Amino acid sequence: MKLTLKIWRQENANAKGKMVTYPIDGVEGDMSFLEMLDVLNEDLINKGEEPVEFDHDCREGICGACSLQINGEPHGPDKLVTTCQLHMRSFKDGDTIVIEPFRAKAFPVVKDLIVDRGAFDRIQQAGGYVSVNTSGNTIDANSIPVNKHDADDSFAAATCIGCGACVAACKNASAMLFTSAKVSQYALLPQGQVEATERVQNMVRQMDLEGFGNCSNTGACEIECPKGISLENIARMNREYMSATSKG
Amino acid sequence: MGGLIKSSVAKKFAMALSGLFLVLFLAQHFTINFTSVIAPDTFNELSHFMGTNFLVQAVLQPVLIFGVCFHFIMGFVLEIHNRKARAISYVKYNGSANSSWMSRNMIYSGAVILAFLALHFYDFWVPELVHKYVQSHPEDPTRYYEETIAKFESPVRTGLYVISFIFLMLHLLHGFASSFQSVGWNNKYSKGIQGFTKAFAIIIPLGFIFIAVFHYINNL
Repeated sequence: MKLTLKIWRQENANAKGKMVTYPIDGVEGDMSFLEMLDVLNEDLINKGEEPVEFDHDCREGICGACSLQINGEPHGPDKLVTTCQLHMRSFKDGDTIVIEPFRAKAFPVVKDLIVDRGAFDRIQQAGGYVSVNTSGNTIDANSIPVNKHDADDSFAAATCIGCGACVAACKNASAMLFTSAKVSQYALLPQGQVEATERVQNMVRQMDLEGFGNCSNTGACEIECPKGISLENIARMNREYMSATSKG
Repeated sequence: MGGLIKSSVAKKFAMALSGLFLVLFLAQHFTINFTSVIAPDTFNELSHFMGTNFLVQAVLQPVLIFGVCFHFIMGFVLEIHNRKARAISYVKYNGSANSSWMSRNMIYSGAVILAFLALHFYDFWVPELVHKYVQSHPEDPTRYYEETIAKFESPVRTGLYVISFIFLMLHLLHGFASSFQSVGWNNKYSKGIQGFTKAFAIIIPLGFIFIAVFHYINNL
């Protein structure tokens, strides 16, 4: 199929970017979206032009590296998939596809479609860990009983791959779904109780320091999340935060 | 607790609490207003009570004014912060693919409600203050019904009230249910709560519209 791509091109973090139009031919429905961009880049390289820079790594939906805003939606029109799992059969011959980087003040553009998502790393560093005794008396995690419902919810929260689609989808560029998933995965387990009070306060503080917007419960993050992280996590984080703050 | 309101979660919590408080006020306001349709004497009695009772005037009214001001000011403060969080907008943004129009435009429905409040205060609150404290008229427990229905002689004013209540409906359709999520209430009862909040968000504004149109038609 023939397509018209409108892609955000930006030389570096300080340069002014612009949309550039590229026609592309010979796209197969079985190609992934990133393979389609590979074809475009080969063509650009053959013409002696600068290829389009974009993030990718595993290309099987688990690393969270790919991060494209496609036709106004993070990871494109299909639900519960990352950009690398999006296939060109989701588009029609003659379509125009608008491709932009995830937009947020806390996710500055590095080049073209690549953004710096280090803000997520810093939120994780602020509290996304548990204390484990490593002095030779380490207790096997499997020997600690966990309610199945809590274990399932914790695991569901832990499936967050930190891709940033929640921030990209939110009209306020809020990172509450990501932060709440990281808070929840520990808050639900016995191992997470030691740092529970400081964890939620520190992670929310870091989230605010990074310059993300406020959550207004539009639910866009949950709909666009490739891992289906639930809004229940945000409600849990709100409870955890208010409870932790009232303790001082 | 001093730094509580500084965090995004606390602001969201405070917005939700003030919103829930205003919803309670709205239910009470509607109940009293509806008596103007079915029992004018009861409307006069209730209005006189609300206008003269010490607890209502000295405690509840200031709390209400604080709640209204807080909700509006915090709403605009959060909106400014949210806009700064995405300095460069998307060339293409397909918001309708993942969220409702109401949830994305709370600031606009809120602004219309704020403009309506200015009209509502001009119509009822300011004349009431002038009547009681400037002109110092003696108490007249029977004046409220006639004063109220006189306001709805104007088709323009009635139309403005109807439009405002439609925006109130849009605001409540997202805001009421959203406030439960903000205070951490998301569990097996949430579906039921959502159904109740949606019904409230439609019925109460429609009720206010009915009252305004009823008095307009009766005045013809």
